[in-house]
Amino acid sequence: MSVDKDTVERIAKLARIRLKEEQKEPLAKELSNILGWVEQLSQLDTEGVPPMTSVVEMRIPLRKDEVTDGGYPEKVTANAPEASHGFYVVPKVVE
Amino acid sequence: MAELTHLGLAEARDLLDKGEVSAKELTEAHVAAVEAARELNAFITETPEKALEMAAASDARRAKGEAGPLDGLPLAIKDLYCTEGVLTTAGSHILEGFTPTYESTVTAQLWRDGAVMLGKVNLDEFAMGSSNMTSHYGGVENPWKRAGENRKLVPGGSSGGSASAVAARIALGATGTDTGGSIRQPASFTGITGLKPTYGRCSRWGIVAFASSLDQAGPMARSVRDCAILLRSMAGHDPKDTTSVDRPVPDYEKALTGDVKGLKIGVPKEYRVDGMPEEIEKLWQQGCDWLTEAGAEVVEVTLPHTRYALPTYYIIAPAEASSNLARYDGVRYGLRVDGEGSLDSMYEATRGEGFGDEVIRRVLIGTYVLSAGYYDAYYNKARQVRSLIARDFAEAYSQVDAILTPTAPSAAFAMGENMDDPLAMYLNDVFTVPASLAGLPGVSVPAGLSSEGLPLGLQLLGKAFDEETVIRVAGVLEEAAGFDHLPAYVTEG
Repeated sequence: MSVDKDTVERIAKLARIRLKEEQKEPLAKELSNILGWVEQLSQLDTEGVPPMTSVVEMRIPLRKDEVTDGGYPEKVTANAPEASHGFYVVPKVVE
Repeated sequence: MAELTHLGLAEARDLLDKGEVSAKELTEAHVAAVEAARELNAFITETPEKALEMAAASDARRAKGEAGPLDGLPLAIKDLYCTEGVLTTAGSHILEGFTPTYESTVTAQLWRDGAVMLGKVNLDEFAMGSSNMTSHYGGVENPWKRAGENRKLVPGGSSGGSASAVAARIALGATGTDTGGSIRQPASFTGITGLKPTYGRCSRWGIVAFASSLDQAGPMARSVRDCAILLRSMAGHDPKDTTSVDRPVPDYEKALTGDVKGLKIGVPKEYRVDGMPEEIEKLWQQGCDWLTEAGAEVVEVTLPHTRYALPTYYIIAPAEASSNLARYDGVRYGLRVDGEGSLDSMYEATRGEGFGDEVIRRVLIGTYVLSAGYYDAYYNKARQVRSLIARDFAEAYSQVDAILTPTAPSAAFAMGENMDDPLAMYLNDVFTVPASLAGLPGVSVPAGLSSEGLPLGLQLLGKAFDEETVIRVAGVLEEAAGFDHLPAYVTEG
């Protein structure tokens, strides 16, 4: 799979990463190389092989559906670049 | 006082127990060593005051007869572990100023058992790298030098600061994390011991996530025994991490029986890769001979899907990373860069400026392989191959108790080498990644020197949750290798 500059721009948009113009061509080349290399997996017949869902054989534990933590908004927002009254502050999203 | 930093962790513990040294003396010696070693750039944040407070509290506990298993032992903490009230950066600009209001489970257990924190050590950005060169805080220097050369070498990665601090005798031990080899490869590059436990053995809670189905915490120290002691405190069930396993934690130090008679050790023929340096091939054979002489039986095994492990890893790890790193949005922690007024432009500007090149590369790869139309061809295919790789190990372990391989395909390389081609850098993990994909435990033990005078490690892999056999065999390997070489930083100062 060859990745061109347009594809880099499209996936960077999906990933919400702003790229500088001079980053785009080198990234297209690097991503093409990496994807070209991982494509060797297609040589392998995996018909009927279940995709791994859990690394270690274990039953997923269940717990009671109850609140066990919380009640400290000031701690939760302590590292926010901008917070007010226990809320995160973001640029205006509704006109 | 300098000799206190040359003690092993177990020796220091025994001297503390006998009252021949105090936690204060031991900590002061290490704090001074940390300050003297700043040129290595191993630490992102030094916490000398906290260390001395913890040491005083430790001495007070000991006086009351309440000392824990790690009481008074100074450690370095990889800056991927959240530490309450202490800057935690993950080596990234995007976490600028992040000071957690909580403590990771693993570090909380170390402090519960009395350990002393010297500070937070450098790493590749978000643990993505094999050289420590992707850190926003700059590369870490390996205390080793090639014979007759003065070029700065990398300590490996991503736990490069941990490895360098332990090898340079500025910490008795350190925490690392291993996603595809990030404990074992730097241990090999710096002549120390690094142990990656089974996936699920240690809680991941409070450790900055890279690839959640692969990330695992583990100890790095200057002997197998020291790692065993640290692992006992780090391991254990944690309800806050649903993938942490509810099994009793053994006293791993007791696994060091020195006896491997009758054990079967597998040597996978697929690990004889093209272009492997002859000296590494020879060291591997030497490792087999040592174990045979100690009474183990070395047999060839096959892990047929080995060559597919790296490409599988470089789909799964970036896919999980792209999802985990979505949380860095300029809203909840760290850096915010204003865009052109909209929320989306703020996200894009923050992430574009906050992430380094390797992180951007991996997030983009991950986004691509998970995007509509490519999910099955890449991500699902990789998960299927991952099942085959795990199956290979399960079959091998029906015949053998542990597996012996080299840890890395080379000794430490120089800063600046392998930097222009991301793929060349990825090949560093060729021997460590397969066991990571299968979730299995592994340890790297220093076994000899290269022709250039640099340490080379051998890797022992075990069955799931059988760290004890890994430790037992590693102890015998360590004893036979008798690796007692010191890095240039220590011998020349």
